[in-house]
Amino acid sequence: MTDEIFKEYEEKLPKLIIDEIKANLPEKADAAKVRKILEAVHAEYEKSKLDAGECVGLLSAQSIGEQGTQATLDTFHFSGVSEMNVTMGLPRIIEILDARKTISTPMMEIYLNAPYNQKENVKKQALLVKEIKLKDVATEFLVNIADMIIKVDIDEQKLKDLDLTLANLSKTLSKAMKSLKIKQDTVSIIAKLEDKDANLNSLYKLKEKLKETHISGIKGVTQVLPVKRGSEYIVLTAGSNLKAVLALEWVDKERTTSNDIYEIAATLGIEAARETIIDELLKVIKAQGLKIDIRHLMIISDTMCVSGAIKGITRYGVVNEKSSVLARASFETPIKHIMRASLVGEEDKLHSVIENVMLNQVVPLGTGMPVLKAKKKE
Amino acid sequence: MADVYLNNKFVGTVENPQEFRQSLIEERRKGAIDKNMNVYHNADSNEVWIENSKGRVRRPLIVVKYGQPLLTDKHIQQLQKNEINWSDLVNQGVAEYLDAMEEENALVAFYEHELTKDHTHLEVSPIAMLGLISSLVPFSNHAPAARINAGSKTQKQAQGIYAANYAVRMDMDVNILHTPQKPIVNTIMHELSDYNNHPAGQNVVVAIMSYKGYNMEDAIIINKGSVDRGFARSTYYRPSLAEELRYAGGLTDEISVPDKEIKGYRSEKDYRLLEADGIIYPEAQIAESDVIIGKTSPPRFLSGADEYSLTSNVRRESSLAAAHGEQGIIDFVTVTESEEGNKLVQVRVRDQRIPEIGDKFTSRHGQKGVVGLIVSESDMPFTSSGIVPDLIFSPHSLPTRMTISHLLELLAGKVGALSGRYVDGTTFSSEPEEKLRQELLSLGFRENGVETMYNGETGEQMEARIFIGDMYYMKLKHMVANKIHSRARGPIQLLTRQPTEGRAKEGGLRLGEMEKDTFVSHGASMLLKERFDSDKTLVPVCENCGMFAIHNEYKKKSYCPMCGDNVEISYVEIAYAFKLMLDELKALGIYPKLMLRTKY
Ligand SMILES: [Zn+2]
Repeated sequence: MTDEIFKEYEEKLPKLIIDEIKANLPEKADAAKVRKILEAVHAEYEKSKLDAGECVGLLSAQSIGEQGTQATLDTFHFSGVSEMNVTMGLPRIIEILDARKTISTPMMEIYLNAPYNQKENVKKQALLVKEIKLKDVATEFLVNIADMIIKVDIDEQKLKDLDLTLANLSKTLSKAMKSLKIKQDTVSIIAKLEDKDANLNSLYKLKEKLKETHISGIKGVTQVLPVKRGSEYIVLTAGSNLKAVLALEWVDKERTTSNDIYEIAATLGIEAARETIIDELLKVIKAQGLKIDIRHLMIISDTMCVSGAIKGITRYGVVNEKSSVLARASFETPIKHIMRASLVGEEDKLHSVIENVMLNQVVPLGTGMPVLKAKKKE
Repeated sequence: MADVYLNNKFVGTVENPQEFRQSLIEERRKGAIDKNMNVYHNADSNEVWIENSKGRVRRPLIVVKYGQPLLTDKHIQQLQKNEINWSDLVNQGVAEYLDAMEEENALVAFYEHELTKDHTHLEVSPIAMLGLISSLVPFSNHAPAARINAGSKTQKQAQGIYAANYAVRMDMDVNILHTPQKPIVNTIMHELSDYNNHPAGQNVVVAIMSYKGYNMEDAIIINKGSVDRGFARSTYYRPSLAEELRYAGGLTDEISVPDKEIKGYRSEKDYRLLEADGIIYPEAQIAESDVIIGKTSPPRFLSGADEYSLTSNVRRESSLAAAHGEQGIIDFVTVTESEEGNKLVQVRVRDQRIPEIGDKFTSRHGQKGVVGLIVSESDMPFTSSGIVPDLIFSPHSLPTRMTISHLLELLAGKVGALSGRYVDGTTFSSEPEEKLRQELLSLGFRENGVETMYNGETGEQMEARIFIGDMYYMKLKHMVANKIHSRARGPIQLLTRQPTEGRAKEGGLRLGEMEKDTFVSHGASMLLKERFDSDKTLVPVCENCGMFAIHNEYKKKSYCPMCGDNVEISYVEIAYAFKLMLDELKALGIYPKLMLRTKY
């Protein structure tokens, strides 16, 4: 009985809404009631549809822009408290919308598989992720100018904590630093510079380079922090390397994520990147206590990702993709656009706002949409 | 082992960085090393940084040893007797200058009684952390830093007496406050900086309340009676100058009453105020477009051939006249010579400025606002003792800005006014609030400064008691008379045919990029088009080649210069600026083709 009514509305309402109604329907709702509910839902659905000629893009820009003026320009610091220092606020929004290749605070949220996500295991797993450099396990770097030698004293306890030995440490080092002769002492490593014209300065530079040499863990992850999320423990990291993390078998591949949009696009694809843009924007907006409808963010994310690659809201990004020469030229670098257009004989259809304002023509939006149509008598 | 850097360059290592730093400082205090050297030891990275480059901001501190300042009573006596001065103290190593880096190694005591044996320095005075104008804000230790900043910034714009010889000076944009007063609530800096000899504000009675909503958004209400009695009255001076410039061929400008034959002659009425020498007389009342200095210049474009011919020898008008909306009285006229020896005439116009709606006022706490309404004295609220406030300040300006100093000044000002004395509001060492409250109580008022007030229009008693007292208020140099501007129609630019820009040129009010967006997001396309119609033109376009055609009105004929007259020519309405752009593209060798299509 009710199924027939639902079938009737299948074309009028999206499947998602119908499923939701079905799931929430009271047991003893009769046909008349069901019809009434569907009618009300349908009316609401039609009401929330956009009118033809509504300029959604500009409304999104205004909806975010107006709220943005309320946002604090500063980033809040969670000094000392469980969370990490992440760029938030306006700087982060700019970073996302500009689609910056290198972001100021890349970070990951690593979810762990069942046995590892408990309190007693999470610390050990976290340490496996953290990138260890030579300076982290060394106590002192001593420079001997006379023999052109750098002596690195190693903290054995730290080495032990990381499941490393002096032997394989010197092995990794000699692999990484080809110009050095690495020798192993009881509690130290001696690196000899074999270059004949080496001087104090080059030795000094080498010392700095040696400090930064990668030893273990995942490259780029500078900090790790186990945090409780609901009933499980997850690992927050400063620095992001999603591809390497997802390769670890004890990581939950479905929920682990990064805030580096380009990394997401490279490892998980453009659809994931689109979701990440929305999520990251929402995070900032929520933290600032602003109320911006998610659909505004969706349309922005869509325009940024629609070409298949991430395009920022900059002159090199989406503005470059605009179909109108005049619109592009009016934004930035007009000479470049006019030259290119004149070389290929580009055509401007005057479909958008700025071109029509430039020509003093009616913008095809709102009251500019209706057009009089009359049939000519043959 | 610590690395040592001299001016950001690695120079070597030292075994004991602490000792090394200390010895450098000792040598500096002795004078063996230059006083400009600063040294910093970074314990985290174990590095010593020595700086003696220029461009570092440094501040003075008194040196402390074993918990005792090196500055002794003997020094102070000598200073008072003028036997020694500050640089002697620096040379003796009693005081020294630290830069931002060395400050990191210093432990500075605020007051002498706070000194312990760990301290390395003592502050000269707590107010030394403030600048000259910041320290003119009373009770500024009771307000957020941002407000003190704003307060000192607006104080710089206050009207006062900028120079004692202003009457014989020819400065641009001068405002002179008629009756400046010393502030009742002052700081030590008012005395030290000679502020009291050239004050820039007036002490007024301020009530903190709202008044019919005319003081919302930071506006203030002022009393018409106070205005009539001369509150915030000032004079605005603006000089005009004309010089008899010399040109090639022995031609010069001439300051005189212009001849009627001249090119660009205004009208006889405009020249009526000029005397025989072509200069206006002092105390003449001028209004818009009245000529102040009559001047003629030689013809503009003189080619070699007609330099001496009579036909083109028409001089052109280049007089100086009162600008659009300007009025006043001629104050002062000088005739001198410029550096090049040309005749130079300077005329100063004076205009009395009585406070009006829109003039900007501020207290010393960054609480600036414009006059929202001038209320006649009889309609102003009054206290039970008959006091009528000069100014009404909105209570809504206080919670978010947290300028407690503003409230304290009001209270202190009340005490000062009632007891006939000045109140010290110096930052960190002001008279305590509790003492001021007690004094106010002993003067027969409520100790918290509130009073029962009555509605000036109905005489009804107000339900709430109103916080009322005396404050120092300043009239800022931003006055509506210099800024008011509107336009319905007016001049356009020659090149683009768009309205001119700016008040001086009677320009239009720009409907900018973001304002345009609001039209679009409302879907008001037709309204948007109408707003940008100011430079619309009708142009003939050849449908064949898509370029502008020619319309010959005399022959009532249109033709295309390229395709001839046997083509379809349509008239299109476009912005003149766009037509101009297409012309410029053509000049660049780009062919912009218009493809016409019926829109409706
Ligand atoms: Zn043609």
